Amino acid sequence: MKNNILNIKNSIHANRRWALIAAYSCLIIFVIFFLFPPYYMLITALKTNKEIAEMATNPWLIKQGITFEHFIYLFTKTPFLTFFKNTIIVTVSVVIITMVISVLAAYSLSRLKFWGSGVLATGIFLTYLVPETLLFIPLFKIVGWLGLLNSYWVLVLVYPTLSVPFCTWLMIGYFSSIPKEIDEAALIDGANHMQMLLKVFIPVAMPGLIAATIFAFTVSWAGFLYPLAFIYSESEMVLTVGTVTTLIKGDVFNWGSLMSGALLAAAPPVIIYAFLMDYYIAGLTSGATKG
Amino acid sequence: MAEVLIKNLHKVFDRTEVVSGIDLSIKDKEFVILVGPSGCGKSTVLRMIAGLEDITKGEIFIENNKVNDIPPKDRDIAMVFQSYALYPHMTVFENMSFGLRLRKFSKNDIKVRVDEAAKVLGISELLDRRPKQLSGGQRQRVAMGRAIVRNPKVFLFDEPLSNLDAKMRGQMRIEIKRVHQHLNTTTIYVTHDQVEAMTLADRVVVMKNGKIEQIGTPDEIYNNPATGFVAGFIGAPAMNFISCKLEKGSKGLYANITKDIVLSIPKEKNIKLSKYVNKAIVLGIRPEHISENKQKNSLKIVAKLNIVEPLGMETMVYFPINNTQICGKVSPDNTIQNGKVITLYFDSLKFHFIDPETDLVLN
Repeated sequence: MKNNILNIKNSIHANRRWALIAAYSCLIIFVIFFLFPPYYMLITALKTNKEIAEMATNPWLIKQGITFEHFIYLFTKTPFLTFFKNTIIVTVSVVIITMVISVLAAYSLSRLKFWGSGVLATGIFLTYLVPETLLFIPLFKIVGWLGLLNSYWVLVLVYPTLSVPFCTWLMIGYFSSIPKEIDEAALIDGANHMQMLLKVFIPVAMPGLIAATIFAFTVSWAGFLYPLAFIYSESEMVLTVGTVTTLIKGDVFNWGSLMSGALLAAAPPVIIYAFLMDYYIAGLTSGATKG
Repeated sequence: MAEVLIKNLHKVFDRTEVVSGIDLSIKDKEFVILVGPSGCGKSTVLRMIAGLEDITKGEIFIENNKVNDIPPKDRDIAMVFQSYALYPHMTVFENMSFGLRLRKFSKNDIKVRVDEAAKVLGISELLDRRPKQLSGGQRQRVAMGRAIVRNPKVFLFDEPLSNLDAKMRGQMRIEIKRVHQHLNTTTIYVTHDQVEAMTLADRVVVMKNGKIEQIGTPDEIYNNPATGFVAGFIGAPAMNFISCKLEKGSKGLYANITKDIVLSIPKEKNIKLSKYVNKAIVLGIRPEHISENKQKNSLKIVAKLNIVEPLGMETMVYFPINNTQICGKVSPDNTIQNGKVITLYFDSLKFHFIDPETDLVLN
């Protein structure tokens, strides 16, 4: 009997050990797979032009010493800082516009049951499914007519067409998971809709709000097609298109500066994700009702 | 503190009428419990009083003001929900003071009220915690605290104890009674638990299918049920119902159950029964009125037990009559076992007679 229990215990241990080994192996493969591009970006940014061009050396290592010449080139010879500033203006505006619209829309669609609210909620999500590669031609006409072509403000106008539907849909899900009794309690406590949204819904759905913010931020920070189609002056360009157009001259690729530009452009998202991750994971919704 | 008056209240959801014509007058400081099986419309009535559901037809008055079109926040009511509905991101203090903050009370006033309520409920030490750090019982106290601080005219409770385990339920029941005695606020309480109804209420309203079956004190409801439904719903174990035929003999009326079991009906019970002679009728008797003790009006019956349930405080015995399982209650000292044949006595003064067609109790 005792032996039996021991055997079972051992087999549970063995089982768990194998599960852990399998999990770690998969994770290591994923980490290598996903970290390779950033790693390659980093070492290329730090290599000399000569080493980058040399075909004989090992491309995964720096052999001939580190250099910051590409960064210096980027800041002195290209309007990189202008791109950076433009991107920040566009992204901050897009995130604010997106969050205001989608939170209000999600609240009304999930809680104020009005005629057609269900159809509208599905409709909003469907618009997200239309690819931007299809939309940019008609949008070109529209923004041209609005006189916004070749200005980064055009991006502030068009990016929300991508971010608002998805964020609204995401927030509808989060708001719907808040138990109905909580609104009723707030209603009896004397809250109007705005107070209910600001003081109850937004704090309770904070993880969802952060997920939506990250999404809107990414759409705007990493967007490539719209700036490529709508903007052609260097002074109005954002990071993604600006770096590429100024550092690829004909068939000459400034790989070192391209990679250092990409590295710097990738820094803000990484910092923001790392900062928001704690909030993202914190389970604020538990304990609302039973359980 | 206020009276609540409900006149001809109706509620229709998607063409289904869930509340059909409720009239109820609740006095100031009264503790009224709406009780009934699930789907009887009791919660809907409460939610209409709270203003959380529109009223299809009828009127509700709180302190002589018609509140049909007044939003919940202006009705001066407070509600405690089954699921507690605490704000998860706020501390206990913030949860309790939320309503006061929205009503722009001064900080000092808020603190005094919350401290006072926390003291009454014994949760003063928990004010800095968040709901998820509390047990079910503590959460329910906080939910009550949130209602108390506002000092409303009417308290509404929607099955507040249903999520708690049996022991905690017993404790909270006493707590609610204590708080009501302390605050003396008009209280309307919905439950499906008849023990809560019997122990807490000044008056009990038994509902079925959107209608009121009976309104009365717990004692009236228990001892003089108006319908067979009320008789069967209130009391645990439930009242026994035995189909029989009413017959007239030389010494009065008899309930003919089977060829061997014919029970004589005491004269006190004869009123109203004469027109049922030679007709089918249902005899109702509570388990505690079937025992091994012989009394003045006892009728002897010999029963072959098929289930014996010793509960410690008492022992429940079950035996069949006419394929109906009948429950009786005997002293726990009685060492009886399944399969044994014993003599039991029906207390005939406690008989209830029910018209099988109208479900009305006839005495």
